[in-house]
Amino acid sequence: MEFVSNLIIPCMVAFVLIYGGLKKVDVYDSFTEGAKESFPMILTMFPSMLAMVFGVNLFIKSGFLEFCLSFMDPVLSILKIPIEILTLSIMRPISGSSALALLNTILETFGPDSFSGLLASIIQGSTDTTFYVLTLYFGSIGIKKIRYSLVAGLLADLAGIVAAFIVANLFF
Amino acid sequence: MVNKVWAFFIISGIFFCIVTGNLKVLNEELLLSADTAFGMLLKIFPVMALWLGIMKIAEDAGLLKKLSQKIACILKYLFPEIPKNHESLSYIASNVICNMFGLGNAATPFGLKAMQSLQTLNDKKDTASKSMITFLVLNTSGLTLIPTTILSLRMLHKSVEPTAIVLPCLIATFASTFVGLVCNYFLSRRH
Repeated sequence: MEFVSNLIIPCMVAFVLIYGGLKKVDVYDSFTEGAKESFPMILTMFPSMLAMVFGVNLFIKSGFLEFCLSFMDPVLSILKIPIEILTLSIMRPISGSSALALLNTILETFGPDSFSGLLASIIQGSTDTTFYVLTLYFGSIGIKKIRYSLVAGLLADLAGIVAAFIVANLFF
Repeated sequence: MVNKVWAFFIISGIFFCIVTGNLKVLNEELLLSADTAFGMLLKIFPVMALWLGIMKIAEDAGLLKKLSQKIACILKYLFPEIPKNHESLSYIASNVICNMFGLGNAATPFGLKAMQSLQTLNDKKDTASKSMITFLVLNTSGLTLIPTTILSLRMLHKSVEPTAIVLPCLIATFASTFVGLVCNYFLSRRH
């Protein structure tokens, strides 16, 4: 599996260059011209990226989320779900790096082959960082009114988490 | 919505830090965020430039157009507003393919190009269009065939069977994408 996925990018690059060469494209000029487009993109992205990191970091590092969730602990212990799983589920759409760090902790504490470890892996794998994707993509083209996109994105995440719970129970 | 969520994050964070006397963390975070944001951009910037370069070759060679024609039949149900053979379809296709193989770094520039291209079809430039939101849902639902990062993390922690999660992940991710798209469809009709 890993070998295949390592092979994809080099093959893609080689294929594009060969194809371009056959079609008599000035590959070097095209490449530099395309790369130039990244400058304006990065510049328009920065403000929204800054806003997101600022808000998310303050929220997560303050420990407010853990504090709120600690009230859920008695309920969760009956269901035999570690609190970390719930924290991961809520953190996942907000901050990708924090979620990954938390997954790392879960794998370390409970072991990668424990139910919690497996469940956490599936949650991480079946969802994405909605806030990050939203700021990055909309920020790069200057969209201010995002309409129902946050709701739609979060619903997709919720569906992923619920599905992860069900699938993990069926498989393990 | 973003306004409220964002303000809530900051205000609750600050108040909680003050209440718990965690002022050191608070001040550190206030100053560090800008640095972190800039660091994140610096990290994706070179990779993005590289892929935009490769993509331009594919575009000039007519490869993107060809790709878009191939999968237009599937995408036209998801994106009915995009005219046939529009370039945005090929960017969306490339983004989805890269995401499926767990190539997040390669997927992002394709996604950005797709958004840029969708913006040319958008009447109100400051408002997200229906197609943009559908595309966003496709991305946030985390459609992946091979979750590479998680596999390597599981190997790092010496899992006896690191790949045990591949099939469950696949089922969960397809479920989340499907539900996400259905929700998106109903939301878009209400708005």
